[in-house]
Amino acid sequence: MEVLQPVVNPQTKPDAKVKKVMIIVSKATLDNVYASFILANGARMEGIEAEMFFTFFGLEAINKKKLNDLHVATVGNPAMHIPTLLGGLPGMEAMATSMMKKEMEKLDIPPIGEFLEILVASGVKIWACKLAMDMFHLKKEDLIEDLEGVLTVGDFYNRAHGEGTQLLFI
Amino acid sequence: MEKTIGNTTVNMGDDGYLVDLNEWNQEVATEIAQEEGITLTDEHWKVLEYLQNQHKKDVPLTIRNVGKSGVVDIKGFYALFPEGPLKKASRIAGIPKPVSCI
Repeated sequence: MEVLQPVVNPQTKPDAKVKKVMIIVSKATLDNVYASFILANGARMEGIEAEMFFTFFGLEAINKKKLNDLHVATVGNPAMHIPTLLGGLPGMEAMATSMMKKEMEKLDIPPIGEFLEILVASGVKIWACKLAMDMFHLKKEDLIEDLEGVLTVGDFYNRAHGEGTQLLFI
Repeated sequence: MEKTIGNTTVNMGDDGYLVDLNEWNQEVATEIAQEEGITLTDEHWKVLEYLQNQHKKDVPLTIRNVGKSGVVDIKGFYALFPEGPLKKASRIAGIPKPVSCI
């Protein structure tokens, strides 16, 4: 049987370090948003630059009126171990969300609003997607004051130039 | 691994952090800070003292805790210890490498 050798990109240098991460946040369920925030904050703690691009439903996480009311999805999430029919019952999402928030607090992980302030203070740049804002009829005033600006996808890619930049999609 | 810093011989782990805080002194801190490219000022010393006190109280260190300490805010913490403030400051303070992700 033929044994496949791993493909090594000849351009990859063995000592090449991650210098910058660009995280695209496209969902606004509490777990996804926390994952993206922890990745961005963790990057800064390691001396890695971090930028975040909020698009589609991800915009809710930087929407002043919505950000403190994000939920965990109890339907269509097999890892919750709640049967789909039960997951859709009234109050289930609220219960799962409240449980998750309590666990987060125990680990000293801040609520979304405070976490955003920490990210900005740590030097993370927060960008909003122009197309998604148009689609949801959102204005800049609807989003957090700390927003760095509104970008097109092209603008965002242009910020990813340079060696050691990684893009993550969440 | 033993390492001589100035007039002090300290035990340093493979990760570059002091094994025993009792071996720490200001000279050691100044030398480690220089390795990290930092010249210590009064502001730095206040933060180092806070971190050591938290460590002695067994409080896990996080960026959020430091920001709420009243000693320095998060922006200031990053300015004092650029490129990985919690890790660098812990190393200079002679306490173990932080294990927190936040």
